[in-house]
Amino acid sequence: MTPRAEFVHWFFAAGILFVGLCLLCEAVVGREIWQRRPWRRYLWPGTAFAMGVLLWPVMAFYTNSAIHMYAHGSWAEALMLAGGAELGLVHGRLRSPYWRLTWPLAFAVTGIAFIVHEQNPWLFSRSAFLHHTLGWTFLIAALVPLGLAWRPRSTALRVSFALVVVLVSVQLFADRDVAPVFGHLSPLAGAPHR
Amino acid sequence: MNSTYAHHRLSERTRFSRSQVVSFLGPAVAAAGVVWAIVQPYRITLLHPRGQGFWWLLAEPPLLVVLVGVLFSVVVARPLLADLEDAG
Repeated sequence: MTPRAEFVHWFFAAGILFVGLCLLCEAVVGREIWQRRPWRRYLWPGTAFAMGVLLWPVMAFYTNSAIHMYAHGSWAEALMLAGGAELGLVHGRLRSPYWRLTWPLAFAVTGIAFIVHEQNPWLFSRSAFLHHTLGWTFLIAALVPLGLAWRPRSTALRVSFALVVVLVSVQLFADRDVAPVFGHLSPLAGAPHR
Repeated sequence: MNSTYAHHRLSERTRFSRSQVVSFLGPAVAAAGVVWAIVQPYRITLLHPRGQGFWWLLAEPPLLVVLVGVLFSVVVARPLLADLEDAG
């Protein structure tokens, strides 16, 4: 009854795409207009926090290996920390802008976890390839939220942050459990489907 | 050119483009989902549901993209456009 890993990736991709669109809109219209309605200021931080919470059942049910559990658990913690810090900042409970450093931390933890928990080489299958690209995307793109911690009003950095989040969702949507990548599929990966 | 007039024209043009971006995002994402469904119809198991399990029928990636685009347009973009109008 447990859904396949690719289904979970697609559901999370949908949530991440929604967060990316919200971030993009906030960057385009500016924080003042975005926060004009109280519910809207909590929208994307709340969604990010909720996705962090939802990563716990993923950790509990997808126990193919210990390293998968560590990876999913660390993502859950990092995403809850970053989403929670953002919620605290928009609510006014947290005041130090350094709380925004939780985002580069979350990106770095996610990137390392993606790369470490993918045991197969790049061209083993599409899933392996995307785990490697997602890992490096997160690691390199951690520089964007790092820059935002010091220049929170920079439109270029905020648009970049949103586009990175959208890029992550596109990569997750492209994920398949067993499918070729650039014509390569290891015979050890199993039979491709659909 | 009168600087006040130029400033007014510039801010008007900026507001216009912001509204355009906000109203464009949701439909663009939904359209991307529709294009994906047309290019890879086999990704939508609802088109051939016989023998498919619960999760295969629930997880339809192109339709999830369309859903996100529609949800974003209705829940986020519409009120945001109204706020942009008010701010103008």
